[in-house]
Amino acid sequence: MNQRQIPTIHPETRFYWDGARQGRLLLNSCPACDKAYFPPRPFCPTCGSRDVTVIEASGKGRLYSYVISHLPAPGYEPPFTVAVVQLEEGVKMVTNIVDCPAEPELLVLDMALEVTFESRGDVTVPQFRPAGGGT
Amino acid sequence: MSRASIAIVGAAESTRMGKVPELSQTGLHADAALNALTDCGLRPDDIDGVATGGHDVAEICQYLGITPTWYDGTSVGGCSFITLVRHAAAAIRQGLCTTVLITHGESGRSNNRNHRPIFPSMQQQEFESIYGPLIPPSRFTLPVLRKMKDDGLTLEQLAMVAVVQREWAAYHPRATARDPITVDDVLSSKMIAWPFRKLMCCLVSDGGGALILTSAERARDFPTKPVYLRGAGGESIEGPMISQMESFSSSKAFRVSGKAAFDSAGISHAEVDHLMIYDAFAHLPVYGLEDLGFVGRGEGGAFIAEGHTRPGGKLPLNTNGGGLSYMHSGMYGMYALQEAVRQMRGVSPGQVEGAKLSVVHGVGGMFSAAATVVMTTEDGW
Repeated sequence: MNQRQIPTIHPETRFYWDGARQGRLLLNSCPACDKAYFPPRPFCPTCGSRDVTVIEASGKGRLYSYVISHLPAPGYEPPFTVAVVQLEEGVKMVTNIVDCPAEPELLVLDMALEVTFESRGDVTVPQFRPAGGGT
Repeated sequence: MSRASIAIVGAAESTRMGKVPELSQTGLHADAALNALTDCGLRPDDIDGVATGGHDVAEICQYLGITPTWYDGTSVGGCSFITLVRHAAAAIRQGLCTTVLITHGESGRSNNRNHRPIFPSMQQQEFESIYGPLIPPSRFTLPVLRKMKDDGLTLEQLAMVAVVQREWAAYHPRATARDPITVDDVLSSKMIAWPFRKLMCCLVSDGGGALILTSAERARDFPTKPVYLRGAGGESIEGPMISQMESFSSSKAFRVSGKAAFDSAGISHAEVDHLMIYDAFAHLPVYGLEDLGFVGRGEGGAFIAEGHTRPGGKLPLNTNGGGLSYMHSGMYGMYALQEAVRQMRGVSPGQVEGAKLSVVHGVGGMFSAAATVVMTTEDGW
């Protein structure tokens, strides 16, 4: 119960987690729509095309929204930040904000974030921190 | 001239609400169902359609001794029961059954149950839950700071949602929380998930509720005052991953569901006398007012803070006190329906004088699904 959750990885999302283990943030993208999408699936949720690719994201984004949870969660000591980052590629994803205290004054909406990676046993989980290495 | 085709003839909540440790979840369904049957003078074998959400509809049939010709187990969260009202109406119109019982029961507080109400989402676990937002207070609240920045919604306005609803709860002997509260009380209550404090979050309760629907023609044979459905209502889905909402300031499912319900009923917003918007957290009535079109985008918080939804205001909203003050079992939609029925029958402890048109709008999951129905006292319009 004191361990952070491990994602249940499915065949369609294996590439994403393999990428994370190599320190790369990979996204599906649809060439026809010229658009990245998230979470991964082997077809475009806009046009339905199965002709989709994998791209490497820049790892840069902005703080789109967040809460600071004062309730416990497995492996998390409250208060901790649950955030949504919007990547340069346009997609939104959930993350924690690491290397930054969970304080509203330090978590300013639209601040620049960059990807980093957290090991959880055999799995590597993408995380985000303030751009420039955190505070 | 349109004539009503469907009526709610039976409606009741469980005998007790709040803390009901003596009943199982299935028992709460049955208690509410028996109360609704008594309300309109029916027995279980008069029912030929059964619907429930978040619970196995087959178990409810067997437990109550009903062999239906139609059933529906749509389970999209708390608005399932609002969805089921329109599904039941469609089934009756289609001749699939004549008399539908919709039940809800939830042992949200005592946890006398063997399963949670909603199927877990595969992608939610893989891409959201692993970061710690495992429970509604740290997940349902996730879009709100964005809306505050983009639309000017303030903490004081969110606090006023709780303050105003507590004013309504004070009228209701069955409400869990009835003592008046101030904005300061809300903003100094325990921090749950910044920017949300305890009094901006719903209660956690045990309870149940049930409705009985039949054709408007047959409704005249019942002892209760019929509450008619106007139009076919609305429903939609955006999906269980809250981080994938198209906009964090507006719910697409709310907009689609609300528009369908208003279009189908052929009503304008000015005609609405009474409104229920599912409030698991204080921001939901703000999104609801805006997405249903009662106010413009970004105006919902100020509209509530200015007092327009409080007792005596021009748009009475959540007149039982809502999930914040009345009760919240986990899937609150049934209680929003119950209060709308009481208002249309003219018997709510917080009665809106002369109310004849009520809109009930609910959320399912966390901005995942939505449903809307319109009730009226009139059998034609």
